Amino acid sequence: MLLSVKNLNIHFKSDRSPSPIHAVRDLSFSLKQGEMLGIVGESGSGKSITNMALLGLLPDSAIVKAQSATFNQHDLLNLKEKEWQKIRGREVSMIFQDPMTALNPFLSVQYQLVETIQTHLKLSKKDSIDKAIELLSLVGIPSPKDRLKAYPFELSGGMAQRVMIAMAISTNPKLLIADEPTTALDVTIQKQILNLIKMLQEKNNMSVILITHDLGVVSEYSERLQVMYAGEIVETGETKELIKHPHHPYTHALLASRPGALVDNQKRIPKTALPSISGIVPAFNQRPIGCQFNPRCEFMTHECQQGHIGLTTEGPKLREYRCIHPLMGSK
Amino acid sequence: MKVFLKELFFELRKNRGSMIGVVIIILSVIVAVLAPLLAPHDPTHIYTDSLNLPPSFVAGGSSRFFFGTDDLGRDLLSRLIYGSQVSLSVGFAVVVLSLVIGTFLGVIAGFYGGLIDKTIMRITDLIMSLPSILFAIVIVAVLGPGISNAIVAVSIVAIPNFVRIIRAQVMVEKSRQYVAAAKLFGAGNFRLMFIEILPNCMAPLIVQATLGFSDGILNCAALGFLGLGAQAPMSEWGTMLSDARSYIESSPWMVTLPGLCILIVVLSFNLLGDGLRDALDPRLKKQS
Repeated sequence: MLLSVKNLNIHFKSDRSPSPIHAVRDLSFSLKQGEMLGIVGESGSGKSITNMALLGLLPDSAIVKAQSATFNQHDLLNLKEKEWQKIRGREVSMIFQDPMTALNPFLSVQYQLVETIQTHLKLSKKDSIDKAIELLSLVGIPSPKDRLKAYPFELSGGMAQRVMIAMAISTNPKLLIADEPTTALDVTIQKQILNLIKMLQEKNNMSVILITHDLGVVSEYSERLQVMYAGEIVETGETKELIKHPHHPYTHALLASRPGALVDNQKRIPKTALPSISGIVPAFNQRPIGCQFNPRCEFMTHECQQGHIGLTTEGPKLREYRCIHPLMGSK
Repeated sequence: MKVFLKELFFELRKNRGSMIGVVIIILSVIVAVLAPLLAPHDPTHIYTDSLNLPPSFVAGGSSRFFFGTDDLGRDLLSRLIYGSQVSLSVGFAVVVLSLVIGTFLGVIAGFYGGLIDKTIMRITDLIMSLPSILFAIVIVAVLGPGISNAIVAVSIVAIPNFVRIIRAQVMVEKSRQYVAAAKLFGAGNFRLMFIEILPNCMAPLIVQATLGFSDGILNCAALGFLGLGAQAPMSEWGTMLSDARSYIESSPWMVTLPGLCILIVVLSFNLLGDGLRDALDPRLKKQS
């Protein structure tokens, strides 16, 4: 296992609430070398926080606790800032949601990309520039030599994201975290970028965590899928299996509210309104007792409100779900 | 950076006031640099035969001394020309000193926050709570009068402005995603502060530096006027004003001319500063 996290808990100290806010609870997952894991969830479900924790980039107000968290033989729980700096960017890298804000507007592409290469790979300036040009053409940027001189605002969103990816993979990281890499891009570019990530994953035998709230995106690209809700994993499994037979009502509702969900079955644009999940993700200080999804769940019973619901593991393919009334029939 | 400057100049050209400011500043820099060539006389030479001469275009003036002479018989024009050297270099020194120290403290306060921030900010509050010229007088009184001590005093007084502006800006920029990205790619704190964040705080800094220039000149002239700045026989506008004070009724040109010089230079820096502020502030840009 390249990455293995057991019972990760993240709390935030807050001035507004007396006790720390429990943002992520009992999160366990693992990732093999060369595997792509999709993480899906609504805003505020803890996806991004989890990954910031994996990079040691959480603010000081965060308290990270876990039974164990290892990445490539590093114990992530006991790293000093200096050791983090060695891992970050070198063994694990990240692509951000909005490439236009993730690149420093005042520094040229060359400066940002070449400096990264120089510091991490200990190459001379000239070799770094060559390497940068090579990387830019690898991520599909035409005339990479000219683009090196460009400033971020001179690039389109798709271009900037490609530069970002070039920066992220410049050190051949073992793990790439893509935090909603296509949310800020339009649909045609979205596909190109995801294909590029997939291509690089296979080429470098790199593991990828793909965070998104677009089920269509993960279903095509990731091998395993992990659905998060209110700081917990509600369901994990192989992507295809999970999408075909969701066990957790939340996953089911999420799949049903895709624009294409009805079209597939009836081969025409639905006349009914797009289904949606009523209500919102409960705020940190208003988390319900028992199943986190119970206020919004149509199958909610008395038992659902009776204390913590554990994960049920099923089958050889590590299918897990956190529900006492799982949907077992076909959809 | 190059693009930034080009765009800045483009915006600035639309503002007539600041263009006038730029022209005057360039002219005064030329005058200061070429002072030995332009000045008709030695600024410290005393012509005992011609004391208190009025300017040449006034009745009783001599064509030898264009702006007349002072009470000791020194050529006023030459003194004013050499005075621009002092004033401009004083302004420059004050800006450089306060800019460097203020920026450093401001970046650190904004970046680290917490106790470091509180300590730095309370000290700047302390300095700002005193009238700046009074505080400068106190510092000069401790260090002793003289032009270099006056520069130090005026710089210290100017530091809080820079600290506050930079701190506010750094706190905004700190939470931007590019900072997280840079951190991710292995940047240390020093690099984050001064290479990633600082260039993005440039806009208000440039404005403040320009305005600081005029403040520096003005405060140093004020110290000179109080006898705490430049000492005789150095020709500094503030000192010249103070020396001529007792002749304000008999030879008013001696007071008027250095005063006008200060006014024009300070005004042109303020015009430029206002123009820069308009050019750099995106909110104002959209309205126009």
